[in-house]
Amino acid sequence: MTFYDRMLKIDRRWIYLLVAIAVIVPLLNPIGLPITTSPPSVAIFNEMDKIPAGGHVLISMDFDPASKPELYPMTLALFRHCFKKDVKILVLTLWPSGAALAEEAITRAAEEFGKKNGEDYVYLGYKAGFTIVILSMGESIKNTFPTDYNGIPTGNMPILQKMDRLGDLDFMIDVAAGASVEYWIAYGRERYKFPMGAGCTAVSATQYYPYLNTGQLKGLLGGLKGAAEYEKLIDFPALATKGMDAQSIVHLMTVIIVILTNILYLISRSQRKREGA
Amino acid sequence: MGTLTMNMVLIAQAGWVPERIREAGGAYSPELTWIGIWVAALLTFAMYSFLYKDNPVYKFGEHLYVGISVGYFIVLEWYNIMWPNLFLPLKTDPRFYWYLVIPGLLGVTMLFRFIRSLAWVSRYALAFYVAVGAGLAIPAIIQASLLQHMSHTLVPLWVSEKHWFGNISQILILIGVFSVLVYFFFSLEHRGAIGRVSQIGIWFLMISFGASFGYTVMARISLLIGRMQFLLSEWLGLKIG
Repeated sequence: MTFYDRMLKIDRRWIYLLVAIAVIVPLLNPIGLPITTSPPSVAIFNEMDKIPAGGHVLISMDFDPASKPELYPMTLALFRHCFKKDVKILVLTLWPSGAALAEEAITRAAEEFGKKNGEDYVYLGYKAGFTIVILSMGESIKNTFPTDYNGIPTGNMPILQKMDRLGDLDFMIDVAAGASVEYWIAYGRERYKFPMGAGCTAVSATQYYPYLNTGQLKGLLGGLKGAAEYEKLIDFPALATKGMDAQSIVHLMTVIIVILTNILYLISRSQRKREGA
Repeated sequence: MGTLTMNMVLIAQAGWVPERIREAGGAYSPELTWIGIWVAALLTFAMYSFLYKDNPVYKFGEHLYVGISVGYFIVLEWYNIMWPNLFLPLKTDPRFYWYLVIPGLLGVTMLFRFIRSLAWVSRYALAFYVAVGAGLAIPAIIQASLLQHMSHTLVPLWVSEKHWFGNISQILILIGVFSVLVYFFFSLEHRGAIGRVSQIGIWFLMISFGASFGYTVMARISLLIGRMQFLLSEWLGLKIG
């Protein structure tokens, strides 16, 4: 067996170890690699930025702890942007396992900006039945959620006095780990005509680019990179920005390994051909 | 043990949040939260131990996760769906909400699938569910996905002299849509002109898969970064970033 063959059959656990080192070292010793913003992220920022103080944004946190590293920083950045501009936030989740996570995120952001529940934001909680919930909210949010997550009646909440339907929203963002963006577009945006954006895991980002092309989505935040871009746009570097050095280095390492193994494969194949000849 | 499980679930869900544990009815104490972080850290190592090789510690973590998830979902479904939507209205005003018995019974019939001789009963509930689902979905999806996307594909190829990239994009979209549709047209043999166009379709598909794979790598590494941030920052107490 030649050197090249031995390299190609290297134990994959060495690669795992390299990846772990490539993640841990930049987390402990940040390099501060630049983060550039992409048009879909800037588009979300611009849409949010033009909402006047007192406007209403609905953020549906349709994800669970499995996608927390990607979508939680993104959601926090969106909350911070809204609160910074005195925009009122309605939060809900269509995922049962996302209920506690959503509550933690909105409470954390509200505490940072000194915002009050029922006045500046409301956490409506989890409601089962994707389609029915969206359609029902199009008719009346207060009827769909008679009480918020903590059991407080929504009917008398100041935040819901001037608006009650999806069509009254200034903007809506679905932060999603699954296919809920398509549900919100099909049953919500198309029927009740409100401007909409999406934040999603990197895995599903390519799935939503066609909706950007049609204008059904005003903008898109994809994965940890999208979250870091938004943190940069609102000038509030946090969790996602901290992870971007590690992300970039592992990507660079992946590219190098792919190129290297291809070169080794080609050399090994040509050697075998020569030996055969 | 119940309180510990509650802490584990909430810490796993919401991170390091003693306030939430207290509000959710968990008897919070610093010791319990400390235990929760250690449990989360050790379970993380248990799951990553699979990278070395399959082992009993990994299996234990895997089964624990499945068990806790199922228990958590049952409780959540009861308090969020069954109780407020069915049992509470029937308990408070049965004369007004009598009609809720019908969907309740339809739901019960779904359980007949577990009895082989009576499994046919569940088909009525399923038929109702499929009919409503299809009725809602077909027009909405056709409008939102098919028609909208088609109309935005059928646009002028020439955007403007200033936007040369826009012009190229429109042409690329046209070639891509046409060639991929030809590739998926199986009533003609892929030879000659049809074969060449479908080859172009394959190229478009491969580039699309490559982009998806790149995003998938990014997503998986993000998850690893999230776990490492937890281990370094919350478990070991090191300063990160």
